[in-house]
Amino acid sequence: MSVIRILFSYLIFPGFLFTSVVGLFLTWIDRKVTARIHWRVGPPWYQPYADFLKLLLKETIIPEGVSKVLFLLAPVLGLVAMSILAVMLFSMNMDPGSTFVGDLIVMIYLLALPPLGIMLGGSVSKNPLASVGVSREMTQYFAYELPFLITMASIILKAGGSIRFGDIIIAQQASGPFLYSISGVIAAIVILLSTQAKLGFVPFDMPEAEQEIMAGPYIEYSGVAFAMYRVVRAMMLFLLPLFLISVLWGGFGNWWAIPKFLLIVVLIVLIKNTNPRIRIDQSLRFFWLGIGVLSIAGLILAVYGL
Amino acid sequence: MKRIVPIGPYHPLQEEPEFFKLIVEGEKVIDLEINIGYNHRGHEFLAQKMTYDQIPFLVERICGICSDSHPYAYVMAVEDAAGITVPPRGQYIRTIIGELERIHSHYLWVGLAGHFIGYNTVWMWVWRYREPLLDIFELIMGNRNHYAINRVGGARRDILPEHYGKIEEYLDLVEEKTHMFTKAVLDDPVILARLENVGVLSKEDAIAYGVLGPTARGSGYAIDVRKDDPYDAYDKVDWDLIAFDEGDILAKAKVRLLECFESIKIVRQCLKDIPDGPIAARVDEIPSGEGIGRHEAPRGEVFHYVRSDGSNMPVRHKIRAPSYMNIPSNAVAVRGYSIADAALVLAAVDPCYCCTERTVVIENGKKKFTGNDLLTLSRQKTEVLRRRYRR
Repeated sequence: MSVIRILFSYLIFPGFLFTSVVGLFLTWIDRKVTARIHWRVGPPWYQPYADFLKLLLKETIIPEGVSKVLFLLAPVLGLVAMSILAVMLFSMNMDPGSTFVGDLIVMIYLLALPPLGIMLGGSVSKNPLASVGVSREMTQYFAYELPFLITMASIILKAGGSIRFGDIIIAQQASGPFLYSISGVIAAIVILLSTQAKLGFVPFDMPEAEQEIMAGPYIEYSGVAFAMYRVVRAMMLFLLPLFLISVLWGGFGNWWAIPKFLLIVVLIVLIKNTNPRIRIDQSLRFFWLGIGVLSIAGLILAVYGL
Repeated sequence: MKRIVPIGPYHPLQEEPEFFKLIVEGEKVIDLEINIGYNHRGHEFLAQKMTYDQIPFLVERICGICSDSHPYAYVMAVEDAAGITVPPRGQYIRTIIGELERIHSHYLWVGLAGHFIGYNTVWMWVWRYREPLLDIFELIMGNRNHYAINRVGGARRDILPEHYGKIEEYLDLVEEKTHMFTKAVLDDPVILARLENVGVLSKEDAIAYGVLGPTARGSGYAIDVRKDDPYDAYDKVDWDLIAFDEGDILAKAKVRLLECFESIKIVRQCLKDIPDGPIAARVDEIPSGEGIGRHEAPRGEVFHYVRSDGSNMPVRHKIRAPSYMNIPSNAVAVRGYSIADAALVLAAVDPCYCCTERTVVIENGKKKFTGNDLLTLSRQKTEVLRRRYRR
């Protein structure tokens, strides 16, 4: 593989450019569906792009006495992680048997980087509200990551003990998607709710709760740096449902993936619009006691092949 | 480790000049400092330079939401000072508008409470059903807000019999929707988890802080001027006082939602019983003396005091708004809860938005409409509304 092809796949397709353009379009779907649920009209399709361009033109203000490098690099962390994740997801789905070394563990790490970037950016920005937001983000991360990891274990079990991402897809192509079993449905519920939390959507948006701590970690961000956070969020809205389809719903190697994908996105938006925000302690209890127990039950069922 | 989380001086959510300094340990609020008084508008001083008939328009602008309650209390204070008896039809009209305003104000609070807990769907839905009421206000009085229905001696405008049907129609709608929202609030486990046992204000604290209105009634302190000291048509209609003992935000929300039903009941009875006759008594002059007026605004009792020396302007006009009494009680209500609860607790007393902004439409750097143009546009819109209704 030549250097140009590698650069193309990371920067243009399916990496940064493609993912962010589609992701921003999905944020429009989110906003439009939300608006229709609210009996509002909603923005035109180009609104997210216009917002993004406007942010790029704005001045980036760096608070006084703040480490410039860390402050500006924090959003890039999530951006890089999501671009790599996009390349891995697409290459493994298009050609599951390829020798490209992409395993589930790496993907879990990459999914952990955007919250880490938010925590880093929030902590260096020296704002009391940002630090409240960071502590919430950290708690939230530990809350949803536990059931998420347990569910990943049950998926590895179902794939015959292989952590290679391609093997998970091949196993599903051979014997039907994992979703069509009890433990698969449980895994879907767990991953969907974790997705909601990873995206920072209501009811799990307390790290940035605008009504309580005024956007929390993002409070000091403006201009290009803030635009990057927004794009990371948009890319996650594109990649996380794809991840769910890949590990549970037979991958997205064919056109059937598009309705599946839209169904998941609309489901996420509906959950967002039919719930109030919960408190951070309630979230921890929900993910560790409620969803955690559910995911362990799923794991036990997966051991018995159900 | 103690830290300070500032909310204000310009409240980012309520868009009001209030400053709440939350002193927190981690997520837990251990103390609250309240600073008010960033905005001085000198209403009481201005009132002493205006005639008795001009003042209702001035005090109406104290509050953009309960804009009927201040003139209502003011005209009652002047009527008290001058010993004026209001004709029955005028009394009923003032009661009807006062109660319709309570519905729209409580709806506004329920919507905002939804917004504060991040439930924007509730916000938009509740406000959607508040909107027709504003149209009714415009139909009857020509303005969505600042109705100018009160004058010394009675009502300024009559409610035309052909508008009764429109009001009844809205009451049916709002009754159905209030049932829906009450059920939605009481049945949603996530909303209950956020509201129940949060921001508890005990009855002792409620009395000690002298809180008023739904804030007091949610804490089991059942005071209401409409029952305790009935005025206008309130003792001629049948309605119940809503009060709960819990003192948490859920109790305050329940008080406001259930009060909407009582308001609907009052307006229905008023529309049925409203007598014919003059709407206002003739007022020749205000003798020297003093008087007080008390009206149960949506947020609690509004108190106006007027002293007259026999001239056409008051020599002293004192106003006490309910939020002034309710906001200090936040200091005890918020203690011990988390920052996430604080935003909601601070909003639970329904602090009054004291200022409404004026519109400026700018095109190519120039003002598009002057004040008179806006007035003409607004009148045209009211005419359209009235024509549409007549058809």
